[in-house]
Amino acid sequence: MLATPDTPHQIVEIRGGRGMRRHLTDMGFVTGATVTVTAGHAGSIIVSLMDSRVVLGRGMAQRIIVQPLL
Amino acid sequence: MTRHAHHKPIVVALAGNPNSGKTTLFNNLTGAHQHVGNYPGVTVERKEGHTRFEQHHLDIVDLPGTYSLTPYSLEELVARNFVVEERPDVVVDVVDATNLERNLYLATQFIELDVPVIIALNMIDMAEAQGLRIDAELLGQLLGVTVIPMVATTGFGKQELLEAIADVAAKHTKPTATIHFGNELEPHIAGVAELLDDSTLDDKISISPRWLAIKLLENDAEVIADISEHIPDADNLLGKVTRVREHVESILGEDAEITIGDRRYGFIAGACRRAVTTVKSRRIDVTDLIDDIVTNRIVGIPIFFLLMWLMFEMVFRLGEPPMGWIETGFDALGGLVTSVMPPGELRSLIVDGIIGGVGGVLVFVPNILLLFLAIAFIEDSGYMARAAFVVDKLMHKIGLHGKSFIPMLIGFGCTVPAVLACRTIDDEKNRLTTMLIAPLMSCSARLPVYLLLAGAFFPAALAGKVIFGVYIFGVLLAAVMALIFRKSLFPGETAPFVMELPPYRMPTLRGLLVHMWERTWMYVRKAGTVILVASVIVWALLTHPAPPPQIATAESEHQAASDAVAYSYAGRFSKALEPLIRPLGFDWKIGTSLFAGFAAKEIVVSTLGTVYSLGDTDEQDNTLRAALTSDPNFDPLVALTLMVFVLIYVPCIAVVAVVKKETNSWKWPAFLIFYTTSLAWIVSFILYQGGRLLGF
Repeated sequence: MLATPDTPHQIVEIRGGRGMRRHLTDMGFVTGATVTVTAGHAGSIIVSLMDSRVVLGRGMAQRIIVQPLL
Repeated sequence: MTRHAHHKPIVVALAGNPNSGKTTLFNNLTGAHQHVGNYPGVTVERKEGHTRFEQHHLDIVDLPGTYSLTPYSLEELVARNFVVEERPDVVVDVVDATNLERNLYLATQFIELDVPVIIALNMIDMAEAQGLRIDAELLGQLLGVTVIPMVATTGFGKQELLEAIADVAAKHTKPTATIHFGNELEPHIAGVAELLDDSTLDDKISISPRWLAIKLLENDAEVIADISEHIPDADNLLGKVTRVREHVESILGEDAEITIGDRRYGFIAGACRRAVTTVKSRRIDVTDLIDDIVTNRIVGIPIFFLLMWLMFEMVFRLGEPPMGWIETGFDALGGLVTSVMPPGELRSLIVDGIIGGVGGVLVFVPNILLLFLAIAFIEDSGYMARAAFVVDKLMHKIGLHGKSFIPMLIGFGCTVPAVLACRTIDDEKNRLTTMLIAPLMSCSARLPVYLLLAGAFFPAALAGKVIFGVYIFGVLLAAVMALIFRKSLFPGETAPFVMELPPYRMPTLRGLLVHMWERTWMYVRKAGTVILVASVIVWALLTHPAPPPQIATAESEHQAASDAVAYSYAGRFSKALEPLIRPLGFDWKIGTSLFAGFAAKEIVVSTLGTVYSLGDTDEQDNTLRAALTSDPNFDPLVALTLMVFVLIYVPCIAVVAVVKKETNSWKWPAFLIFYTTSLAWIVSFILYQGGRLLGF
């Protein structure tokens, strides 16, 4: 997920297997949702979305495609 | 006159997201009347308790935290099965008011399931502090269920909740709202539901056909399996469902389950827009402030190590005095028995076998108690999740991820709860690897061996550093073995992890104590059972058969004692095996105590004591140290090699037993025994022979 930290972005697409995508949906990651990177760098990152904070391990972040909130 | 309530107990399931305060509520409702067991066939804990309210008996089950009724993990499956198959009378969905939208995702599924459900809107105090005003009644109307604002930690709302439970249970009140999935999906949901209605459903599936239809369109594996099992002509039905799903996906351009998820959130957002108002602009969140520092890429890791160091310092410093008291206590007990009882087998059994063996274990309870208290604090406050994030990068280098660090930390106390803590690791490869390397995190049972040997053979200034070095060596070896296992036994990518970070909270004293005691109890129970039995067996093997009385006195009391042991079963066995350990610098006496250590590491010291001075009634501290140092075979290099061997070789029986239970096979415990013993031998060999070559 290429995103400038501390800036709200919008989820555009979520890639990956059905099971993982469903699990992400269960945790609030849906297209259109607002997500902000609050910590992390190469590899695992912490994002804030809805009102929760979630760690996305390496490989996971790459599957969530975002664009800056216009 | 009181009419005895011959009602059946009301079965209440506590469901909800992880970190929503479910367990706090459960503790609050059930107090001491709770009991932890296992769901049959799986290693997930089942927490049940009960309470009384007016004339009702409530049986309460604290389900594992779950995000959805379509399970992703074993724990979610267990939670789902309890609700769907065991049909509790009432489901209380504990919802975190500060994280409302995501938490309500599960609630919408209970609404779809059409079961009696109450929403416990927990942590409203924190929501209010954040400037959120939630109109619980309006929210309830919009969702079609009763919503009770609560603060589980203080008990606020408890009375109202209990009243609602009794009411809903009596009337079987079902949700009155329906989530509308949009005009493209709704006709198909209705169509599939009709197909289900038409088929002969046996009464195992007296579940809302609409819910089944939604789940089928979501491609829910459990529901598909259930349908295949219970409905005749299931293949036909499932085939139709597949065609419907494909059709829908071609129109929407997206998987049906993603669309369904979207619609749920849409419904939730609509309800929240109306029922939730923000009174003031959100204050800066304390959690974010702390996280900015603690997860910072530069200072995060140093802070982590600092906290770990502080934790261990506290544990060892604070634990010293009570350990001393307990030790003195057991010595006194041994002395008392010795003076009161006539010499003979029974006295020897009690003093040397039982008091010696078990006392050696219980001495460490303060140490372990403090360590687990510290770990409980780190977990309950929320920092543990951040620590997992911070170490994730390091862990990744050895093929594991952040979550593996928690069991490893617990392993410094006792390996048994460490192995159990591996349950939180979803990825099977990581889970097994972590279980296999956990014993290398030197548990407190091995510490007496280090203290004895380092104290006897190294000058005071150096002894502490040597022990610390052994601990570090264990950690490094664990890292190396993790790499090796991940490359050879469990190759391949591991599933990346997604983990929620709860807001920081001040742990409740009660929560801490419960949490800490659960793990400490495992250690104590190990003492009361495995070690007690092992101590007695070891004692028996060391004292039988007794040698015939000598006519001429032996050279020294030590020699006489040593001869007596050599004559026993254990001694003869160890002498026979001595050639195997000679290359490590060990003799048969050491071999005997190593053998005893298989039962429990705590026994190594007491066995050494027995081997060197059985029958010596002077319980002086220095007796054993003196005996060791005066043994020509024993020198600092041998001592160090022995410490390393004890660090690595086979974990105690209790650990082997729990690994077998957690992996459901004999393969892994057997491998564990094999690899740790071989590794211990190899490393000790290199250390000893290398040391000798270098002139030590």
